[in-house]
Amino acid sequence: MIRVNQVSFTYPNGTEALRDVSINIQDGEFLAVMGQNGAGKTTLVKLFNGLLKPSSGEVLVDNVDTKETSVAKLARSVGFVFQNPDSQLFCETVEEEISFALRNFGFDDLKVKKRVTWALNLLGLTEYRATSPFMLSGGERKRVALASVLAWDPKVVVMDEPTIGQDHRQKERLRQFIIQLNSQGKTVVIVTHDVEFVAECAPRIILMSSGRIVADGTGKEILTDPTTLTKASIVVPQITQIFLGLSDLGFPSDVIDLLSAKEIISERLISR
Amino acid sequence: MAIIRTKGLTYTYPVATKPAVDGVSITIEKGEFAVLTGPSGCGKTTLCRCFNGLIPHFYRGDLRGQLQVTGLDVKETPIHELALHVGLVFQNPENQLFALSVEKDVAFGLENLGMPRNEMQKQVDYALETSGISHLRLKAPHELSGGQQQRVAIAGIIAMQPEVMVLDEPTSFLDPLGAEKIFKVVRALNQEHHMTVILVEHRLDLAARYADHVIVMDRGKVILDGEPKDVLSSEKARLIGVGIPKVTLLYQQLAEVGLLKTNEVPLSSEEITALLRGVLND
Repeated sequence: MIRVNQVSFTYPNGTEALRDVSINIQDGEFLAVMGQNGAGKTTLVKLFNGLLKPSSGEVLVDNVDTKETSVAKLARSVGFVFQNPDSQLFCETVEEEISFALRNFGFDDLKVKKRVTWALNLLGLTEYRATSPFMLSGGERKRVALASVLAWDPKVVVMDEPTIGQDHRQKERLRQFIIQLNSQGKTVVIVTHDVEFVAECAPRIILMSSGRIVADGTGKEILTDPTTLTKASIVVPQITQIFLGLSDLGFPSDVIDLLSAKEIISERLISR
Repeated sequence: MAIIRTKGLTYTYPVATKPAVDGVSITIEKGEFAVLTGPSGCGKTTLCRCFNGLIPHFYRGDLRGQLQVTGLDVKETPIHELALHVGLVFQNPENQLFALSVEKDVAFGLENLGMPRNEMQKQVDYALETSGISHLRLKAPHELSGGQQQRVAIAGIIAMQPEVMVLDEPTSFLDPLGAEKIFKVVRALNQEHHMTVILVEHRLDLAARYADHVIVMDRGKVILDGEPKDVLSSEKARLIGVGIPKVTLLYQQLAEVGLLKTNEVPLSSEEITALLRGVLND
């Protein structure tokens, strides 16, 4: 779906944000991009919808070079939810906000209405339909931004820090929702620091540090490797910390999620 | 001694139909590290805006009940005076930063106090050092990453050394090690400089261990108020969707089926690891 070939990117002020990065994202894959602040995560995903074009190397989306097409065209297949919802919201009501892109893509009124209702419902925003986005809390605005992108049903959904400002229940909803999107064949890319969230989703993970990809693997491989995680300024998930701490008692060291933890520990406590 | 005391505090934004903060009565003691949490939209940020007088002086609207901060009646005290006592780090750092260099941004509050230049320089150095951003001092805040901006905003408040520091999700954009670093900085300000800290946070897995007081809000009301171990192990907290640390959840699930039991509910992985080790070696 997305191919990044030996890409480097330097901002006009001279900051080298990406250095020789290559990655392939398959159709229908679920990928988490993790790493420290300023590692180049956001820069990398901004290449996916053409917001940024590589300084050298190439980015192909559905076999089209992002340099040869426009952001407007790419946006139809790659939806992007910004880190800071205030960079994205501008309409007077939540409904208008979500309708805006749909109208631009040429959906008819009936379809717009239907999709808006669907998106509001999905993200628990129905009661705010006629409210100004700027009257909402930070977490709610974040969901409006997400709703406005999901409404046009892009093939790839890129979310930059989707869990920021979300409470536990909304995160759980978001998690189930991402897994559902992904199981319907959508490609989902999230940029996040939220190790606990990632531990429960178990996607493919790439770790970034100083503009480079320093690790690429499954959730279990990456999140149970303290040395590599520390390099990228990420901490080991709480559940894994427990299992690493008990490995001398014969516990496995590759456990990342709550459910497996409960099963393994219960078994040990019962058989005692 | 109470440093913040509210009684029946109720606030409604100008065009809103229902109050964002509804009958809140809480006491925060001097020197406490309090964590304020609850579902998004529950009124946490609104309550923080009351503490430094942005409500009612800037936002207007309808404020009822009693509100005393550092012995001052907030309704009667102008924002510029409250700012000497209460520092607020906003949720979105972009709303707070405006100068052309990090150094100037951090110095801004001190300049307004009329602090002598060499003293100001010392305070700014200290604040930049403590927040781990000395190397960014000449950069423009708007060119920094979200996490770096968050640290600049925090440095601006550290420089002012207020008695009370209110941080509204100060680490949301930070990577976990960066967040831990900030929590440790705030903890040090709290323990060594006796600064009272009020931290709004969803990520209790990281923050719970630093708190001595947890307040949970839901729909404008305070529904739980007490020590972390009691609040986080209560059924109510789980039901409204407070982000209880995973180790605490794991403990609860094992305790429910009678496999583990302790009076000291674990809040960190070290605590539960020690507990499990004890039981298994028994």
